[in-house]
Amino acid sequence: MEALVQRLLQGERRALARLLTYVENEVEGVEAALAALFPHTGKAWVIGITGAPGTGKSSLVNALAKAFREREKTIAIIAVDPTSPFTGGAILGDRIRMRDLSGDDGVFIRSMATRGSLGGLARATRDAIRVMDAAGFDIILVETVGAGQSEVDIVRTAHTTLVVEAPGLGDDVQAIKAGILEIADVLVVNKADRPGALNTVKSLNAMLRMGHPASRTQLVAHHGRLLEVEALTSNTHEAMWIPPIVQTVAIEGKGIDKLLDAIHKHREHLQQDNLFAALERTHIEVELYERLREALLANLLRNISQDAIQTLIQRIQTRELDPQGAVQELLQTQQMKA
Amino acid sequence: MNRKIRVLIAKPGLDGHDRGAKVIARALRDAGYEVIYTGLRQTPIMIAEAALQEDVDVVGLSILSGAHMALVPRIREEMDKAGLQDVPIMVGGIIPDEDRAALQEMGVHGIFGPGTLTEEIVEYIENAVKAQSE
Ligand SMILES: Nc1nc2c(ncn2[C@@H]2O[C@H](COP(=O)(O)OP(=O)(O)OP(=O)(O)O)[C@@H](O)[C@H]2O)c(=O)[nH]1
Ligand SMILES: [Mg+2]
Repeated sequence: MEALVQRLLQGERRALARLLTYVENEVEGVEAALAALFPHTGKAWVIGITGAPGTGKSSLVNALAKAFREREKTIAIIAVDPTSPFTGGAILGDRIRMRDLSGDDGVFIRSMATRGSLGGLARATRDAIRVMDAAGFDIILVETVGAGQSEVDIVRTAHTTLVVEAPGLGDDVQAIKAGILEIADVLVVNKADRPGALNTVKSLNAMLRMGHPASRTQLVAHHGRLLEVEALTSNTHEAMWIPPIVQTVAIEGKGIDKLLDAIHKHREHLQQDNLFAALERTHIEVELYERLREALLANLLRNISQDAIQTLIQRIQTRELDPQGAVQELLQTQQMKA
Repeated sequence: MNRKIRVLIAKPGLDGHDRGAKVIARALRDAGYEVIYTGLRQTPIMIAEAALQEDVDVVGLSILSGAHMALVPRIREEMDKAGLQDVPIMVGGIIPDEDRAALQEMGVHGIFGPGTLTEEIVEYIENAVKAQSE
C-alpha cells in the first residue's frame, strides 16, 4: 500500500487506477493510504454534473474536458452509473461519449457503479476524488445520474455544481419534479439545437424568479450555513449567487466557452469573502458527522449479536416493545457492559 | 472488502454494428459484473488506455469482421506496453479453428463463438480472475 501511494504521487497511472479500485472495494489498509494522501489534497477544483438520464451529461463532460485541456488544465473524470439492484452488476457506458479524450495523458477517466448504499457511494466518491486530487489533476469532473438523494450527496463534495436539462424530456422542466434547482450553481440547457430549448430556458428562468424568496432560502441552506454566518453581515448582494442559465450543444461544442465562463465566475464568487473556506468547512462538517455516525453504528453492532437483534424485532412485532424503547434498551445494556 | 469483477467490453475494428457486444455486456451485467462498455471503433491504444484507467480484470473483444488475427496481437501489444501483461484478453466472434490455435499461442484462451452460453464465459472469467490473484 505504501509503495502504491509513492507510485501515485510520482504520477504513475496504473497506481492511480489500482488505488481507485481499493477505495471502491474498501480493501483493508486503504484508510492508511488515504491518510497518507490527504496532505496532498485540496488543490483540485471539483465540478459536479448532474441531471436526468440522457440529457447529455457525458457529452458535456467530453466537451468541457476538451475545453479545459485547451487551457492547459489536467482533468480527471468520475462517471457514475447505477448498479442493477437485482444482479449487483452494472453497465458503465459513459466512456462512449468521451472518445475525444483518448490518447491524452492529461486526462484520466474512471467509471464507477453506485453499488450498495447511498452513503457508501458518497464515501467512495469523496475518497476517489481525493485520490485523483492527490495525483495532481487540476480539475475533477464528477458525472452522476440525477435521481434524488445521490446527486445531493455528490454535490456535497463538489465546488461547482452543474444541473443539466434538455428540451423534449417531458412537459415540464425535469428540475421541478426532482427539486434539483436549489443544488445548481449553473443551469445548463443542453441540446439547444433541439426544438423547445428556448421554452426550457424560459421555464427555468421563471422558476428562478418566481421561486425567488423560497429558492433563495434554499440556496442559502444548501450552500451551507456559510451565508448565515459569514456573508450576510458584510455584503449580501455580492454573496448571493443566482445560478446563470447557459445553453449548449455538447455534441458540437457550442456554448462551451460560455459555460466555462460561468464556472469560472462561480469560482471567483466563492473565492471572494472567504466563501470557499466556509464551503469547505461545511463539506468537512457534513463528512465528519457521516463518518462518525457510520463508525459508531459499526462499533455498536460489533458488540450485539444477530440473535439479540432478531429477538428485539420479534418483541417489537408482538407489540411488547416499541422501536424507540428497543433502541434505548439496547443502548442501556451496552453501557452496562462497558 | 467488497470486491467486484470489472470487465471491459470493446468493439475494435471498423465494422459498424455492436449488437453482439451489447448482448455480452448485458449478460455479464446480469451475472453481477461491472461492465465498462466503450462502444464502436476502438483503436488498440484506446482499449489499452481504458483497461488501465478502469483497472479491469478482463478485456473482452467483440470482433465479427474477421480481422481478429490483425487486431488481437496489436491490442495485446498495447496492453503489454501499458503494463497490463497480467490482464487476460477474451475474444468473441467467428473464429476458424486454425486461428484459434494461433490465438491460444498468444495467450488468448477465452475464445467464444456465436451461441456461447453466458455460463461458459462466466466460468472462464471466474477462473481467469482466480489465476490472477494467485
Ligand atoms: N441533438 C443533440 N443531441 C445531444 C447533445 N448532447 C448529447 N446528445 C445526444 O444525447 C444522447 C445522450 O447523451 P449522453 O451524453 O450519453 O447523455 P447522459 O446524460 O450522459 O446520459 P446518461 O449517462 O445515460 O444519463 C446521445 O445520443 C448524444 O449524442 C446535443 O447537444 N444535441
Ligand atoms: Mg452519461
